[in-house]
Amino acid sequence: MSLSRLSSRSNLIPRPLSAAISRLISTDTTPITIETSLPFTAHLCDPPSRSVESSTQELLTFFRTMALMRRMEIAADSLYKAKLIRGFCHLYDGQEAVAIGMEAAITRKDAIITAYRDHCIFLGRGGSLYEVFAELMGRRDGCSRGKGGSMHFYKKDASFYGGHGIVGAQVPLGCGIAFAQKYDKEEAVTFAMYGDGAANQGQLFEALNISALWDLPSILVCENNHYGMGTAEWRAAKSPSYYKRGDYVPGLKVDGMDAFAVKQACKFAKEHALKNGPIILEMDTYRYHGHSMSDPGSTYRTRDEISGVRQERDPIERIKKLVLSHDIATEKELKDMEKEIRKEVDDAIAKAKDCPMPEPSELFTNVYVKGFGTESFGPDRKEVKAALP
Amino acid sequence: MAARIHGGAGAGAATALSTFNPKKLVAPSRTNLPAARSSKRYIVAAAGSDASKKSLRVGHSQKLIANAAVATKADTSATTGTGHELLLFEALQEGLEEEMDRDPHVCVMGEDVGHYGGSYKVTKGLADKFGDLRVLDTPICENAFTGMGIGAAMTGLRPVIEGMNMGFLLLAFNQISNNCGMLHYTSGGQFTIPVVIRGPGGVGRQLGAEHSQRLESYFQSIPGIQMVACSTPYNAKGLMKAAIRSENPVILFEHVLLYNLKEKIPDEEYICNLEEAEMVRPGEHITILTYSRMRYHVMQAAKTLVNKGYDPEVIDIRSLKPFDLYMIGNSVKKTHRVLIVEECMRTGGIGASLTAAINENFHDYLDAPVMCLSSQDVPTPYAGTLEEWTVVQPAQIVTAVEQLCQ
Repeated sequence: MSLSRLSSRSNLIPRPLSAAISRLISTDTTPITIETSLPFTAHLCDPPSRSVESSTQELLTFFRTMALMRRMEIAADSLYKAKLIRGFCHLYDGQEAVAIGMEAAITRKDAIITAYRDHCIFLGRGGSLYEVFAELMGRRDGCSRGKGGSMHFYKKDASFYGGHGIVGAQVPLGCGIAFAQKYDKEEAVTFAMYGDGAANQGQLFEALNISALWDLPSILVCENNHYGMGTAEWRAAKSPSYYKRGDYVPGLKVDGMDAFAVKQACKFAKEHALKNGPIILEMDTYRYHGHSMSDPGSTYRTRDEISGVRQERDPIERIKKLVLSHDIATEKELKDMEKEIRKEVDDAIAKAKDCPMPEPSELFTNVYVKGFGTESFGPDRKEVKAALP
Repeated sequence: MAARIHGGAGAGAATALSTFNPKKLVAPSRTNLPAARSSKRYIVAAAGSDASKKSLRVGHSQKLIANAAVATKADTSATTGTGHELLLFEALQEGLEEEMDRDPHVCVMGEDVGHYGGSYKVTKGLADKFGDLRVLDTPICENAFTGMGIGAAMTGLRPVIEGMNMGFLLLAFNQISNNCGMLHYTSGGQFTIPVVIRGPGGVGRQLGAEHSQRLESYFQSIPGIQMVACSTPYNAKGLMKAAIRSENPVILFEHVLLYNLKEKIPDEEYICNLEEAEMVRPGEHITILTYSRMRYHVMQAAKTLVNKGYDPEVIDIRSLKPFDLYMIGNSVKKTHRVLIVEECMRTGGIGASLTAAINENFHDYLDAPVMCLSSQDVPTPYAGTLEEWTVVQPAQIVTAVEQLCQ
């Protein structure tokens, strides 16, 4: 599949991208089969096959979106150092394959809920760069109107339930969403994501127990980046095989730096959960940054380790190699794509910087649902009753 | 008409039961007490309310109209003889069942709510009627099932989460505070959390320290939630229905000792307003603010007080968050004296917040400092006599009123 053949196709669907990119992201859905880098390790179930169905379009989309995510996180890093982003900022670079692979396997009706490392998942669910940066900088047009911050990104219409600061608390919420999906008889599943640090929370096992008892379509995804802030996994967990910790619940261990392995695993998990109830997926992944922007990330691990992973297992490099080896694009075109992405991110940042802060009156909006008369009344209030539906 | 109060006499003696400082200054009264009382002493009883047994009879030889010491139904629906009598837990069950019939999204989750019927029988019969998917027996994991209820509410279900005892909900505090209260705000209004979290709390009959907790004081600072406390079968059913229909998360506080109260309630459908207080007994001399079980201690004290010639106005505040400052304010403007009687601890309780709110808003109308009678700041002991002294008793209320009205 040479590039010249691609460029001469006349049935390219026009897309609102620059000419350089539209030449590459074609409607070409020629299937490609890709082998995952490692086999799956399974617990109480049969692992799926290592061969993943994909297409050139999907490969390029993977590359583009992951490069966008990577660029966004690096830009957030600089913004934080420039003190435009305050508070906590947890960056996802290195783990993009998990977000991308999961999106490729599911629909927008399936729900995702995650912890505070949520920027890229939000983007994957359809959020825009502008909303991300506006929210990070606390501006009015942020996805949570500037009132949530880095740890509270939500997108209801895309079934993205956030964005939670307290470690582990999102897992019972996720099982509750799965319960609602079963209650309303939607044929959808919920991916409740958490980290290796949260895997030791009691409420996780409580929620897993209920999910297994009630056969809820919940999929617990442990993004194991091997460090719970500064504590390595072997220092925090007696049994670091998080996919086995469900005991009676089946589990699958996946190479989280391989987007196709993630895609295959999520597809498998969705089918399983709809029929048999909960399943645990452990994504073996890595984060290049520290836990958050206040953590240099090098006091508990060596720089050699970080650069080693970056050289050998980087998810974007893997896709890049696949794209080049399948002759879908040239090195230069990919570089152009990256330049274009850089510009897109910079534009979004510039636009977000221009966005004003929220109005002071926004302090009191959305505390309660409007119309229920729940403001505190002064003594001379005229209206006595609030009408209930 | 005979004057009943001899100005100030008889109120000075602090009895052994009094637990507050008798040296507290009482400012001179702005209104002349005897004159104010002359024409307004007789309060007509609420029509048709033959509720709890504590009806008040003022024993005097002159013709008097009985003051009903119980709820004047501030809401509509005059009870004719066609109401039906039931116990408070049955009223809660009726409210819950009607709402579950009305809206298929309402479900109940809690420990032993299904097949067992609920540890206080509030959910009895519901599992048979609605099935296992709508009345869910959970394992003992408050943190997780409260979280699950909140997660389900984010998608549009309306779970009613029961804590078998309110004290157990401390295990779910993170979920209630961070997720339940704050998600509507931090998501910029995208998600509403229409949950109802309910359960019995309060000091019971020698249940021990851990099972006698009053959580309203712990939850009151959480932004984004509403708190209501029911005290009669009428308002229990009304508040339950209103809480389920509300789009905001509501915590409904019931009391372990009030479940067997009997009252006649209307047959037709009714709801109580979540943010409104209830006028129990109109009066002129002093405003007594109370809620939940202490309402009955106050009404018992009111019997004694009326005998002694006082005319207390008793308001069941019902809405613990936010306070119904409208009704409270009107009452303070009328009586100029406030006594708060609550079952919370003295430190950081509902009474403490209410005292602050009244002082901030109605300072100019007060003739005396706001007095607050609360439970002692101790873990509730097991021994019966000691337990009695941790909560406010009617005799203490009488003494406090006498002090304030000096």
